[in-house]
Formats: sequence, C-alpha cells, structure tokens
Amino acid sequence: MASLDDLKKRILSVKSTQKITKAMKMVAAAKLKRAQENAEKGRPYSEKMNNIILNLSNGISDKENAPKLLAGTGNDKVHLCVVLTSDRGLCGGFNSNIIKKAKAYFTKITSEGKNLKIITVGSKGYDQLKRQYNDKIVNKISFKESKNINFFDAEKVSKIIIESFQKNQFDVCTIFYNKFKNVITQIPQAQQIIPLKSSETGNDNEKDNYEFEPDEDEILSNLLPKNISTQIFKAMLENSASEQGSRMSAMDNATRNAGEMVDKLTIQYNRSRQAAITKELIEIISGAESL
Amino acid sequence: MSEEFKLEIVNPEKSFLSKEDVTEVLVPAYEGDMGILKDHISIISFLKPGILKVFSKNGEDKYYVEDGIIEFKDNTLSILTSSIFSLDKIDRSYVSQSLSDTEKLLSKEDLDDQSRFLISQKIDVLKSISSN
Repeated sequence: MASLDDLKKRILSVKSTQKITKAMKMVAAAKLKRAQENAEKGRPYSEKMNNIILNLSNGISDKENAPKLLAGTGNDKVHLCVVLTSDRGLCGGFNSNIIKKAKAYFTKITSEGKNLKIITVGSKGYDQLKRQYNDKIVNKISFKESKNINFFDAEKVSKIIIESFQKNQFDVCTIFYNKFKNVITQIPQAQQIIPLKSSETGNDNEKDNYEFEPDEDEILSNLLPKNISTQIFKAMLENSASEQGSRMSAMDNATRNAGEMVDKLTIQYNRSRQAAITKELIEIISGAESL
Repeated sequence: MSEEFKLEIVNPEKSFLSKEDVTEVLVPAYEGDMGILKDHISIISFLKPGILKVFSKNGEDKYYVEDGIIEFKDNTLSILTSSIFSLDKIDRSYVSQSLSDTEKLLSKEDLDDQSRFLISQKIDVLKSISSN
C-alpha cells in the first residue's frame, strides 16, 4: 500500500489537474458563447447565398454549358477531401469524430478504385491522418495565428481549391466538418461542394422570374467561387462552435472525474492514517503489557 | 407608407444592417449604377466597387462597398457583401492603404479586361473618398 506521503502527493496532483480542467471548461464556455453567436450571425449570409444560387441554377436554360463548378467535370475519378479540424487538442472526441467519418469515406473511395487527394485544415487533422494517408495529402493549412475565424481565411482555402479545380486536378470536392447541434452533440458532416449537389440546394418548386444583370452565366461564374468560400466559412464557424462545445463537455467530465478521484484518495488517505495510529497504539499497549 | 421596402445587408460574419423603412437604394451594379424603388422587378445582380446610397425618411446613408451580390424579391432587397464600410466611419488609413494596394495590382500586366475594369473602378472610388 502506498505510504501516507505518496497519497498526499497524489491528492495534490489530482487537485491541481482539476483546477486546470476547471479553468479550461470556463474558458471554453465563454468562447463557446461567442462562437455560437458567430455561427448564428453567419447563417443569413450562407442561406441567402444558397437561395440565390438555387434560383440561378433553375434559371439556367442551357444545362450543358453550365459552369463546371456547378455541373462538374463529367468525370468522377479524382476526389478531393477537405478535412476541417481544430488546431488544439483536449477537446474530447471532436477531431477523432471528423477523422473517423473522413476515413470511412476514404476507404469507400479507394475501394471503388478512385483517386484520393486530401487537404487538411487545422493541425490536429494532419497529425492524425499523416501516418496512414501521408502520400495523399496535397496541402495542409493551419490558422493557428488567427485568433478569430474570419472570412479571409475561408477565402484562402477556397482559392486553393478553386485553383486546383481549374487545373483539372480533381473532379469532386467534399468537405468534412462537425456540425454544431448542441453542447453535447456535434454531428460530423460530409458535404459535397463541387459539383454542387442539387439536393442540398433545397427544393425547387417555387420558381421565380428574375431579371439578371449581366446574364445568368456571368453571375453564376462569379457567384460559384464565392459560394465555395461561404460554404467553407460556414463549416469553419460550425466547427469552432463544435470545438468549444466538445471541449467544454470533455473538460466538465474531466473535472468531475478528478473530483471523484480526490474523494476516493482522501478516504484511502484517512484510512491508512487511522491504521497507522491504531498500529502505533497497539505497539505501545503491548509494550506496556509485557513489562 | 406604401413607398417603403425592406433592406438587408449581410456580411459573412454578421448581419450588417436591416432596415424596414427604405424608400430608395442606389447600388453600384456591375453594369452601371442602379436605383431601386419599391415594387422593382425581381432582380439579381452583382456589385462593383462603389458607393451605396440608402435613402429613407430620416435622410441618406452612404456606404462604400467593394463587391457583393444583390437580390431584390418581394420588396426585400438583400445585399451580400464581404466588405462594406459606412462612409461616415471609414478609416482614412484603410482607404489610403487599399488605394496603394489596388494601384499596385493595376500595374501588373497579366490582367484581363474585366479585372482591369474593376480595379480602376475601385481606384476611382477610393480616390473620391479620400479627396472628400
């Protein structure tokens, strides 16, 4: 059995760990609130953007000549996967969930004999994927320096994607991120952004007669790259809210577990202290008796 | 009252402005400035760098926009833009910084006509802002 001194040290160390996790939980809670607000504020933009694209793509008469970003290249050979993860750890299953989802998709793609390319955003995703898929990772991006999620970062990512699309380096692009449902639940998502999936643009039963200036094609070709930035930005916002939520619940659990451990160790400490006292008493008494 | 319609300006980050009592909006559309009144036909267009003017009962507000998309439908004008600044509050240093950046861009040779047009537009607007 551990000595009294060891137990004491152990209790102290668990207590200080608890302090850290508690502080992290508080910080995550504060950040979560902000991230959640940001995610909500960003929604109207992406919703409106989606609506406009939907109206436009309905209005296009000549589907054959639609911009490639909308219609696709006609091939389905090379898949680009953009995996959005966090830059920091200690957030429970947040990163692992995305990676798990992404890996399942990768396996499916490769088993179908298609080519796979990966872009990781966020250092944690790269760390987890590099062992198995190092040769597939074409680019890794990290926004460790930027404090807040901003649109410029999203534009950087989308620029890389669009440039490589224009060079015909891939046919289909999918992004992976965690959708924020609530603090406890985050749903890993796979969203195809190139070509734009018609099912995700919503229902098309209400068709409006719009006037376009300049014509549809020109607007579309201008709008589609923007839409990609918007979708990525949305994913980044959702991701950051999810990250903080996930971290908060993970740290909450850790704090609770540490508390339980402290209780257990304290009982053990008291028992062994009592045992030591009893033992000493017995020794004194039996010594006195033998005299 | 019947002359008023709704205006929404949204940024990627947040909703920038929402107004119910707008009487006229003058937007720097891609193919020329465009005034929008109530009951305008549904329209989608995009913006070039310029000054956006919003008229309401309480007067006139001016904004500087760099790009964006507008959609008018059911008497609601939505403007999606990633860079918009109120002209009253615009940062002088930002204007001059942006001006010199764009002028540098213009001096590059491999520009197509369209982007050259947009860039020179931007320079003109920025110059007029900074001279005020």
